[in-house]
Amino acid sequence: MTLTGKDLISTKDLTREDYEYIFEITKRIEGRNAQGLTHVLPDRIIALLFFEPSTRTRLSFSTAVKRLGGETIGFSGEEATSIMKGENLADTIRVVEQYADAIVIRHPLDGSAKYAAQVANIPVINAGSGAEEHPTQALLDLYTILREKGTIDELTIGLIGDLRYSRTVHSLLYALTNFDVTVYLISPPLLKLGESIKGHLHEKGVHFKEFDNLADCISELDVLYVTRIQRERFVHPEEYLKVKDSYKINMKTLSNAKENLIVMHPLPRVGEISHEVDNTSHAVYFKQVRYGLYVRMAILSMIFGREDRITG
Amino acid sequence: MEQKLKIDKIRDGTVIDHIPAGRALIVLKILGISGRESNVITVAMNVKSKKFGKKDIIKIENRELTMEEVNKIALIAPSATINIIRDFNVIEKRKVKVPETIYNLIKCPNPRCISNKENEPITPIFHLKSESPLTLVCNYCGEIIPSDWVVKSLTRGL
Repeated sequence: MTLTGKDLISTKDLTREDYEYIFEITKRIEGRNAQGLTHVLPDRIIALLFFEPSTRTRLSFSTAVKRLGGETIGFSGEEATSIMKGENLADTIRVVEQYADAIVIRHPLDGSAKYAAQVANIPVINAGSGAEEHPTQALLDLYTILREKGTIDELTIGLIGDLRYSRTVHSLLYALTNFDVTVYLISPPLLKLGESIKGHLHEKGVHFKEFDNLADCISELDVLYVTRIQRERFVHPEEYLKVKDSYKINMKTLSNAKENLIVMHPLPRVGEISHEVDNTSHAVYFKQVRYGLYVRMAILSMIFGREDRITG
Repeated sequence: MEQKLKIDKIRDGTVIDHIPAGRALIVLKILGISGRESNVITVAMNVKSKKFGKKDIIKIENRELTMEEVNKIALIAPSATINIIRDFNVIEKRKVKVPETIYNLIKCPNPRCISNKENEPITPIFHLKSESPLTLVCNYCGEIIPSDWVVKSLTRGL
């Protein structure tokens, strides 16, 4: 398998072999603690085009490029609006590809990364497209599960929160269709997973069940993936108020959980996970961030066919 | 005595038969035929049909439509048949088939899809997911498009 010269737009495009190979390279980078790898991309410039505000993902990609010896150019959030001066996305991509060797893009519209990849002649990595997908987040989520549980297969994985609009959930679910897992979807009725993704899970033969309350299934879970309810995705504020405090993970919630349950979160959290959980062995959300750096370094090295420069 | 269809046979051209009754105008729109062309175009609507009860027929003189052109009409007229006529004889008769990929014909119903962004030089593209019931998927955002949206989208402005 090779990612050389390819785009990374959707986890739907990856096979089980692809995931395993990406994790193999990631493991090598983790083994070196991301150090001593500046010889991998010393001659490469990566454009980070963030049309939506982002801190974590942008910092993660930026760090990944620098740890591999590369340079970054780009913009973020508000800055994007002024730089673009009403320019369309296609023109922006065509301009940027004159400078950079690859593009990392985050954009508020669904399908934006796929379109950018269609326009560009250099590799494009999707760093979040609308409410649709966030494939590198899903890859780091899977790597976290693999590292913390030793396997992805045969686990019962609960996803709680905004399943309708969370792009991290969508990409993670597509990715999980490659593994032998049971998925529990826990959310208030208003935020249930969309029918098209449910149809996809059915097609791929994934075992899944839907719940309204975490209490009904927490004792069975090996992994609990918590998401933030995103205020910005709601058209009517009263609908947001109805669901905003519909779940909270605290010591009481976790009292019926398996001892080795891991609690994950793509961050930022705004109150879904109580701070008292942070110091328990359940909490892996900050480790997730570190794993994310390794995974993004692996992907960047692979799209340039430079993974052989990373020795274990 | 049964009333006879008062349309002359054509010498050369294309006859689109078995169009569901009332959809001939949408078919013309899909084919990009406005009536401002110089050739004769005959449209018959709500004609008696043994098979369907009622049907529409379009006859386009002196123009042989390619299958690539006509397959698009399968989106709203899957039962249509295409007859290519030369010197009053049917030299080719085929059924229409929904193309695997549909370019620039309908809009994505997802308002947050990049293909609906203003000022973006983007061609709406859809892939066929299922022929019956007709289901398309947006190339960009992956939205699943049911047949009623396709019909609604194509009949807009008629």
